[in-house]
Amino acid sequence: MTISTRGDQTPAVLVLEDGRAFRGRAYGAVGETFGEAVFSTGMTGYQETLTDPSYHRQVVVMTAPHVGNTGVNDEDPESGRIWVSGYVVRDPARKPSNWRSQRSLDEELVAQGVVGISGVDTRALTRHLRERGAMRVGIFSGAALTSVSAAGIPDEGTLLARVRQAPEMTGADLSAEVATKEAYVVPAIGTKKFTVAAIDLGIKGMTPHRMAERGIEVHVLPATATLEQVYAVNPDGVFFSNGPGDPSTADHPVALMRGVLERSTPLFGICFGNQILGRALGFGTYKLKYGHRGINQPVQDRTTGKVEVTAHNHGFAVDAPLDKVSDTEFGRAEVSHVCLNDQVVEGLQLLDRPAFSVQYHPEAAAGPHDAAYLFDRFTTLMEGQRA
Amino acid sequence: MPKRSDIQSVLVIGSGPIVIGQAAEFDYSGTQACRVLKAEGLRVILVNSNPATIMTDPEIADATYVEPITPEFVEKIIAKERPDALLPTLGGQTALNTAISMHENGVLEKYGVELIGANVEAINKGEDRDLFKGVVEAVKAKTGYGESARSVICHTMDDVIAGVDTLGGYPVVVRPSFTMGGAGSGFAHDEEELRRIAGQGLTLSPTTEVLLEESILGWKEYELELMRDRHDNVVVVCSIENFDPMGVHTGDSITVAPAMTLTDREYQRLRDVGIAIIREVGVDTGGCNIQFAIDPADGRVIVIEMNPRVSRSSALASKATGFPIAKIAAKLAVGYTLDEIPNDITEKTPASFEPTLDYVVVKAPRFAFEKFPSADSTLTTTMKSVGEAMAIGRNFTEALQKALRSLEKKGSQFAFTGEIGDKAELLAEAVRPTDGRINTVMQAIRAGATQEEVFDATKIDPWFVDQLFLIKEIADELAAAERLDADLIAEAKRHGFSDAQIGEIRGLREDVVREVRHALGIRPVYKTVDTCAAEFAANTPYFYSSYDEESEVAGRTKPAVIILGSGPNRIGQGIEFDYSCVHASFALSDAGYETVMVNCNPETVSTDYDTSDRLYFEPLTLEDVLEIVHAESLAGPIAGVIVQLGGQTPLGLAQALKDNGVPVVGTSPEAIHAAEDRGAFGRVLAEAGLPAPKHGTATTFGEAKAIADEIGYPVLVRPSYVLGGRGMEIVYDETRLASYISESTEISPTRPVLVDRFLDDAIEIDVDALYDGTELYLGGVMEHIEEAGIHSGDSACALPPITLGGFDIKRLRASTEGIARGVGVLGLINIQFALSGDILYVLEANPRASRTVPFTSKATAVPLAKAAARISLGATIAELRAEGLLPKTGDGGTLPLDAPISVKEAVMPWSRFRDIHGRGVDTVLGPEMRSTGEVMGIDSVFGTAYAKSQAGAYGPLPTKGRAFISVANRDKRSMIFPARELVAHGFELMATSGTAEVLKRNGINATVVRKQSEGTGPNGEKTIVQLIHDGEVDLIVNTPYGTGGRLDGYEIRTAAVARSVPCLTTVQALAAAVQGIDALNHGDVGVRSLQEHAEHLTAARD
Repeated sequence: MTISTRGDQTPAVLVLEDGRAFRGRAYGAVGETFGEAVFSTGMTGYQETLTDPSYHRQVVVMTAPHVGNTGVNDEDPESGRIWVSGYVVRDPARKPSNWRSQRSLDEELVAQGVVGISGVDTRALTRHLRERGAMRVGIFSGAALTSVSAAGIPDEGTLLARVRQAPEMTGADLSAEVATKEAYVVPAIGTKKFTVAAIDLGIKGMTPHRMAERGIEVHVLPATATLEQVYAVNPDGVFFSNGPGDPSTADHPVALMRGVLERSTPLFGICFGNQILGRALGFGTYKLKYGHRGINQPVQDRTTGKVEVTAHNHGFAVDAPLDKVSDTEFGRAEVSHVCLNDQVVEGLQLLDRPAFSVQYHPEAAAGPHDAAYLFDRFTTLMEGQRA
Repeated sequence: MPKRSDIQSVLVIGSGPIVIGQAAEFDYSGTQACRVLKAEGLRVILVNSNPATIMTDPEIADATYVEPITPEFVEKIIAKERPDALLPTLGGQTALNTAISMHENGVLEKYGVELIGANVEAINKGEDRDLFKGVVEAVKAKTGYGESARSVICHTMDDVIAGVDTLGGYPVVVRPSFTMGGAGSGFAHDEEELRRIAGQGLTLSPTTEVLLEESILGWKEYELELMRDRHDNVVVVCSIENFDPMGVHTGDSITVAPAMTLTDREYQRLRDVGIAIIREVGVDTGGCNIQFAIDPADGRVIVIEMNPRVSRSSALASKATGFPIAKIAAKLAVGYTLDEIPNDITEKTPASFEPTLDYVVVKAPRFAFEKFPSADSTLTTTMKSVGEAMAIGRNFTEALQKALRSLEKKGSQFAFTGEIGDKAELLAEAVRPTDGRINTVMQAIRAGATQEEVFDATKIDPWFVDQLFLIKEIADELAAAERLDADLIAEAKRHGFSDAQIGEIRGLREDVVREVRHALGIRPVYKTVDTCAAEFAANTPYFYSSYDEESEVAGRTKPAVIILGSGPNRIGQGIEFDYSCVHASFALSDAGYETVMVNCNPETVSTDYDTSDRLYFEPLTLEDVLEIVHAESLAGPIAGVIVQLGGQTPLGLAQALKDNGVPVVGTSPEAIHAAEDRGAFGRVLAEAGLPAPKHGTATTFGEAKAIADEIGYPVLVRPSYVLGGRGMEIVYDETRLASYISESTEISPTRPVLVDRFLDDAIEIDVDALYDGTELYLGGVMEHIEEAGIHSGDSACALPPITLGGFDIKRLRASTEGIARGVGVLGLINIQFALSGDILYVLEANPRASRTVPFTSKATAVPLAKAAARISLGATIAELRAEGLLPKTGDGGTLPLDAPISVKEAVMPWSRFRDIHGRGVDTVLGPEMRSTGEVMGIDSVFGTAYAKSQAGAYGPLPTKGRAFISVANRDKRSMIFPARELVAHGFELMATSGTAEVLKRNGINATVVRKQSEGTGPNGEKTIVQLIHDGEVDLIVNTPYGTGGRLDGYEIRTAAVARSVPCLTTVQALAAAVQGIDALNHGDVGVRSLQEHAEHLTAARD
């Protein structure tokens, strides 16, 4: 085997909306891409991250320097494709090593046409995003770069102008772009105990799997599903998934959820689903400066006082009062979970109706399994409703 | 759930002397814990016999007992102090074992002391192999993953032999229960090996228990560090992956954080299993580490073991992540929960999270096989390294190469020049794990080995192997490039190449490479270890270098003092030097400077991020230090760089730093040279009118013989410029002189051998002193218990001196002042003298902090290292006296008559080493230092202090029983009085025929026992070696016979080590031991804290 010492030497440039630029080398596909620059601090789970639909239209900066060490397998993806619009790493693996690895990450990125950049000071970039907030970004390599270069020096002004033409994340309604077009069923593992209608706003593969493990037959429905379609599966509970975009644009899911709440069907939401619940209850949502993206976030369950280490991927949050029970159209509501790092609302629950949601990812993948109990809480709600 | 209100006072047990497997990391963790508990308003009572620790500084605890860590002494302390609670999880296996035996013998209950931070049930579940297997089974039932290697528990040799079949045959692993650092464990490939390893294991295990296990050699090895609070919150602080696969003790492996080759699913599986284990074992509050093996072929997970306490790995994990495990463990023990404790580094986020790294950490072990030439250098499951270096980089290659150069050992860095070896030979060599196997692998790669071949030979994970190939390919590019351009240099630096390595490849001098690099504008940046991969702003300047884009060093206005630490621990340069560096940092911070620490040893207090204002976790090479000085000079004014306190490592950089324009403060590099260079130092002595033993230097046997003939045998020979007596030997005749010269690899025309007259029967004296250019402060005078010729680091000593009078002290003071002035010392100096006949000879002078500074400081209650640091930056002794840092009047040479006597005893690592035949290595002391640590015994009289030092180092001296005596002819006279004393104390004497005859003639009865060489007698009379093995001897006195009776002595001494029987190898030690036994047999031996001793001393001084 011969490996070129310094890998692919094709130059690449990353340009941020505020004008800061980083030079590096092309990684994955060569070309150009745009998106919202966000950083993810997980040290494991790049395959899950890349295939998480919530990252749609985002350029993900990995803070872990070595990426690709364990290659790519066909078991770990969270959806059928890579969703990130661009990938920024410092030291890509030259040779994957893992007994489950089937091919290299580089090959996978090329095969799926994902433009990336390597050799970048990802820590400097992360610090920049932390201080200035998430912003639009472009990555350019190959012809996209040479076409605007003179004597090998790219004209960053032209590149910057292109970055600034890209759409912003605020106000983006993206669920429909990533969600399934057709309903499908994930059968229960073992004896079937419940039926759940899961609204796909960008659902990760692990979520229905975690439900199926608990005897739930999951009917995954498109984001555009109507209340009638939801109740057509005769659900014991309704689930609202994670997904990309600005929750303030998600009018259809909010209306749908209100219908479910009115009927007092047990309801569980994750991530985007939490923001939908927030809006359904009349709370606002807002964009975090640079979001929570990682698998080490401390969240306190305020009902037990216990702390769980959790996986996060959210750029928006619900604006609900932490210190009191709120009266809503659907009865009393309270903040059930809070992030101990910054006191951001991480979970909501209704006290008078069987509904709750969390902003983070109890299905993990990638991430710790500390919050898996929430799926049990959902089954308990459904059992309670039956009794 | 806030702090508990029912605990007002806590007893913390330290880990005692530095030994292999239990080293400085426990000073780091213990110091952190004591400071935290004190800050919580608790009364902290500490016991630790090791004076070279920061934790035993009087200001760290409220009552500091430098007393032996044995149940007997700890009970005395409990009876006196009546603490509410005992925290045993921060002092390694020593503290844990002591606490358990005090629980078992009812002492804790008797005095109403609550064990906090661990409960006995949990400790047993974690440490008892059989119980732990049950834990793993329960965890598998819950999580679906994790199992134990197939194994059998054995209590007898018959169990052991039968056990092999149930495991499916050889090879098998032997692991004794309840030993530290894997002591006594190993791989057995056949019955002979099994009998030897298991036999020793059964002996070493306090419960006479070993575990036999299926072999998982070559599997991937991982470690997780976990913490749990009393609210059942659990976090995984760090994952560590071993570069060396299973089969090498993790302390001897190159290890990497975070894990590099696990997918998230596999990592979370380990995390689930780890959390389930900490819960199942029942560690209520505190930390633990869990080791896993993973089959590289299918991912099968085996749980190897867990330590229900703070460990060496937790110290490493703390430094690697910035998450202070010991500090947080202490807080959890007194009732806090993780979410109530703020993360020091971000200040805004809580400790109930899992650190995430945006860098790579590599730890590399440092070995001392050169000190034990007969020892087998194969790495096994018994830890053998004496220290370690850690390095941080933005990628693996950078961190690895920084770690290797941090080891400061010839050949530890990859070499890409020189002859290319034979591939097959190199690959065959790489099969056996040894110190430096990674270099062998690199040579195999140079010789054309493929990645697959390297993996097949070593089982090192293919990802790591590829990284080695990457390094080698960069080296090839460096060699092949027409010229060194900016891109290529930058690329090489990004993969950790040093200027010296690049220079070697390009045939350039290191400084030329550096100049070129600087001219091209290529310099490292400094990034922050912040626990959170930059997600939150960090307020703790804990830096590492990387060739990346953006630097995070902030500007400052206060003048900075940069303190260079001592690098990895090694024999001869250990924790004592870290002690001095930390003290300098504290003192200079108090004096208004911004302190900047540079060190690469993760086991130390100096590399704690809150010891100094800024910490650079960097190698201590010229290149790395110059870059730090450059970065700091951009940040603000630099008052100076201190090289005097970290031992030989920074001292060796002094001249080069000065030549590069760095302001070295304290004793000048020229003065350092004046003390180290034989000729220059000779002139200093001549000017001061001081005698040195007759000596000469030679580069050939002929020259050496001529010198020896002139000054007379025995002579002391050694290579010039060595540390810790490396290669030093006492030569009694011409034959040995010839073989010494021919064997030595250190001798060449530019590196001559030094030949000194050996002063037989001289008293050796060590002096630590401060000099400010005009005034001398005699810190302390230590009288060695062993005669001259035994390395001062291995010799026991007493302070104040027990047989020297006022006249001798006066002479020592005058000589010390003469040398300090002549050399030009500004700060500390250590001088070794020998008193022979009535002549005071000067053996050597070291113009730096010595190994004995912490001992002297504690024995005299004066912070010498702090004073030295201040003197370096211009303070005078008079000013320091006025300020109160030094006593107003008097010094260590004028201690009041009733001052306590302190005895320092060295601790030797014999039991760790075996030769290639599996036999122990000889334990005779000599001019080459081999001890790893030391203890201090302090009491009002010498005998008691000596007895305490022995109890602290080796276990209590016997007060009755059977003593075996066999001494060399020259020692026979001086043996008679102590032997008579032993009989008076009720000892039954046994002796070899020659010694017995001498005793008989002097009216002392001794049973004659057979020598080993005589074999078992006709009526089955056992030889002395058999008697020792059968536990029928309580005390052994055996002095070496030169070359004649050597073999017999060797067998006796190694048997003593195997059976842990006190073994005295000099008559001076025998005399001291007799005084100690006398003290033990007369009256009660009490305990007294350093604070009480100091109060007494201060009162007497005023």
